[in-house]
Amino acid sequence: MDFLVLERWSPYVVGVLIGLLNVVSLLVSKKPLGASTSFMKLGGIIYRSFDKEKVQNNEYYQKNELKLDWGMMLVLGIIIGAFISAMLSGDFNLIAVPSMWANEISGSFLLRFFSAVLGGIFLGVGARWAGGCTSGHGISGTSFLSVISWVAGIAFFIGGIAVAFLIYGM
Amino acid sequence: MAKNNRTLMQGLIIGIFFGFFLQKGGVTKYDVIVGQLRLIDFTVIKIILTAIVVSMLGISYFYPKDMLPVKTKAGSIKNATIGGLLFGVGFGLLGYCPGTIAGAIGNGYIDAVTGGLIGIVLGTMIYAMIYGKLKEKGVLTQDKYSEYSLFHHMKGSPFKVTIPFGAIIVAVLFIMEMGGL
Repeated sequence: MDFLVLERWSPYVVGVLIGLLNVVSLLVSKKPLGASTSFMKLGGIIYRSFDKEKVQNNEYYQKNELKLDWGMMLVLGIIIGAFISAMLSGDFNLIAVPSMWANEISGSFLLRFFSAVLGGIFLGVGARWAGGCTSGHGISGTSFLSVISWVAGIAFFIGGIAVAFLIYGM
Repeated sequence: MAKNNRTLMQGLIIGIFFGFFLQKGGVTKYDVIVGQLRLIDFTVIKIILTAIVVSMLGISYFYPKDMLPVKTKAGSIKNATIGGLLFGVGFGLLGYCPGTIAGAIGNGYIDAVTGGLIGIVLGTMIYAMIYGKLKEKGVLTQDKYSEYSLFHHMKGSPFKVTIPFGAIIVAVLFIMEMGGL
């Protein structure tokens, strides 16, 4: 069982396993892998605890059932699974400013915090606008041979590459 | 109720495997993801393309037997592009995508919690707020590719399409490897 304590597996092995996991998920739960919807539901549930009426009258939240569901458990599972894997290989580290950012941009916690929040906001708006994320469109939708998912997946990387080059230079 | 609990448990277990694989692949780390976006580390794209090939072939086998659903998303090329580019800006700035925010949290990245999680939840709230306006102004249209999947339109075995397509993706990966990426 030595492979479980390895820090890294080949990306091809990981890709095969994630591909198989998507198929298993479709067979067992009849649902493809996806993450972004769960953050929207979490947001709706939090918002609802402050202003129930506003959420109940919101057209977007009305389209979705705001309760603990399969997808939210999936996201919770991702946290747990990544934690188990990192602990097994001694690769768990508390990091507030990732080393690439710290070395090339700034070691400031606040600068990283604000850019991460801003990045997260774009991610949230974009994922909902496009109807999915790197998992939902990028892996599930593309393997369903959906044209929209292929377009979204490519747009994710075009936007991401452009911003990464803006931040870090060529 | 019992069925509902079983569904929740399935989600949790599948998620644990997903998070485990993501961490073993290194993609719960900022440096690896942004390394991909800077085109210096090709781990992310290798994982995604390999996953697509395997998943697509699995779907090709089970879908004609009616053992799994092919449910694709509604929308349009236009909105997939606009939303996708907005998402990309966030992807580059944050360095995680939604699934890997969760993975990075499990890996110990504090910025994935304080920044990523807060930001993405706020982002989805903002979208919910502007959704009505976007709809009213006719931005959120659907085109002929809404809910379109090639699987719905194939005559005969899907492998006739997916094996050649998968082979092209594998060839791309092979060329990337040969090129030292």
